[in-house]
Amino acid sequence: MSDPSAASMVSTPRPEQPTEFGAPTNAGLPESAQKQTKPRGLLGDAWRDLRRKPLFWISAAFILLFVVMSAFPSLFTSGDAVNGALSRSRVEPSADAWFGYDVQGRDVYARTIYGARASIVVALLSTFGTLLIGGAMGIIAGYKGGWVDGLLSRVADIFFGLPFVLGAIVILTTFNGAGTDNNEWKIMGLVIMSLVVLSWPVVMRLMRSSVLATKEADYIVAARALGAGSGRIILKHLLPNCLAPLLVYGTIMVGSFIGAEATLSFLGIGLKTPVVSWGIMISEAQNYLRVSPFLLFFPSAFLVTAVLSFVMLGEAVREALDPKLR
Amino acid sequence: MGRYLLRRLLQLVPVFIGTTFLIYWLVWSVPGDPFAGKCGDRGCPPNFRAMMTEKYHLDQSIWVQYASYMKNLFQGDFGITFSGRSINDIIVTSYPNTLKLAVVALSIEAVIGLGAGVLTGLRRNGFLDNLVLVSTLFLIALPVFVVGFVLQWFFGVKWGIVHPTVSNEMRFSELLLPGFVLGSASMAYIARVARTSIAENRRADYVRTAIAKGLPMRRVVGVHLLRNSLIPVVTLLGTDLGALMGGAIVTEGIFGINGIGRQVLRAIVTKESATVVSIVVVLVLVYLLMNLLVDLLYAALDPRIRYE
Repeated sequence: MSDPSAASMVSTPRPEQPTEFGAPTNAGLPESAQKQTKPRGLLGDAWRDLRRKPLFWISAAFILLFVVMSAFPSLFTSGDAVNGALSRSRVEPSADAWFGYDVQGRDVYARTIYGARASIVVALLSTFGTLLIGGAMGIIAGYKGGWVDGLLSRVADIFFGLPFVLGAIVILTTFNGAGTDNNEWKIMGLVIMSLVVLSWPVVMRLMRSSVLATKEADYIVAARALGAGSGRIILKHLLPNCLAPLLVYGTIMVGSFIGAEATLSFLGIGLKTPVVSWGIMISEAQNYLRVSPFLLFFPSAFLVTAVLSFVMLGEAVREALDPKLR
Repeated sequence: MGRYLLRRLLQLVPVFIGTTFLIYWLVWSVPGDPFAGKCGDRGCPPNFRAMMTEKYHLDQSIWVQYASYMKNLFQGDFGITFSGRSINDIIVTSYPNTLKLAVVALSIEAVIGLGAGVLTGLRRNGFLDNLVLVSTLFLIALPVFVVGFVLQWFFGVKWGIVHPTVSNEMRFSELLLPGFVLGSASMAYIARVARTSIAENRRADYVRTAIAKGLPMRRVVGVHLLRNSLIPVVTLLGTDLGALMGGAIVTEGIFGINGIGRQVLRAIVTKESATVVSIVVVLVLVYLLMNLLVDLLYAALDPRIRYE
């Protein structure tokens, strides 16, 4: 699930605006012109760019909607997502139940709303974990170089060589197989762990290559000449300048993790029935594809919209951050 | 060239051992009794247990088990399952099915992705360009199983154009739909990468020279431009074969194909580490060798790249 074009986007230090020495030459200019010459950072520039994009606002609005939905599902529905009545099994969508009822007679609309929480929480936490671990490893490997770099890169190669779905199946059946009675949060934790374990090498390679590109920059050499320690150089100089590709990749990754979580639940090895999630709903609906396709349609539509919003946000951020496209 | 190849092959060794050990350790630590339900309701007689434990080294530490597995592996023997079937046999019957599916998917994504990428890269910002950008965004965002179900429902169930599942003979016409489903996300990536690459090289000096020489446009695009823009696409395609085979589990499940996915799921449930590891071993090998092949192809595509 690596995005190849994100990998090529290594942030290059932007040419600094020439700074004026001596007396301010623009003292006589009006206020607005002075504001124009004030140098902005990469993020400031990107934000200015983003604000003008409709794509950004649309995807941000959808993401906000999904986040509110997962935090307060009762705002959207008063239905019961867990208990059903078998008498209304597979009743088609109607005015009182917009999305119909599933096989167990549970309200599909309520389930779809409540299903947002598991997907969003898993995706956000695993993205956070992946960025943290992959980013840290990448900085260490890129900055230290030598045998540390060699060792970390080989370890990353080992994890990178594991096929994603296959690796997740093995990890999850080990800790979450049939017969284990893990509670809801523990299962979520395991799913998050397996996503992080299988995806950190991509982030590590991204971070390592951008650290390698930035490490030799003049301002790093200058900082070192002034006596700055490794910790200070990494935190104050390297990190802010290598953050841009990570930010883009992270946003897109949230989207793909929502899809990955659904895939794992769909295979029956991720989240399990007392938990409500889109993947579980789709998995349950597949057996009734021929008779009640609506059971499949509504959770899939929500899933696709959520994934799409994060991917579109990532695209918009990428275009804003990439100096080549300006 | 020879030394480069040797160095690359040597680098594969630790990665290969690490990956296989990781998988072996994970399956080894799956909780459960390999004898559960094997001998009916009464449980296995002690001498059968003793015999099996002896034969499969079940009482030994993981290191001994792994070492004896690897020893057999290098002699071309993947071992036997608990029910006495040779794992080589399982691999020979299930791998070709997955490989066929992956190759069909790879060809579909190469043809459609590259075609769309070249067309839009040459004419940017037209209607077609925007159409491809939007549709690739959708393909990237849709999880494989959603694409699979939707297309299966429309093409197989509602319109009845193709058979919704794949028969045991794995006919080519039956594999088109699963192949498209499997390759859909990568197809979008290939289209996007090809588009960017073509658009960048379109303004290169050698293209201008070729046009100035009076070459027909077909030759400029087909020979000069395409060959130089192909490198990132080849990288994607090459690393994709392994990913497609590993990711085929979902597609195989939807279309009922008897491939490695079904075997892996079965083997994990019955706690046969040897089967799981063997299937993953072959996958990892495919993946690593394809990576190497891609790097060697660079030199063929771009004469400026030399391996010393």
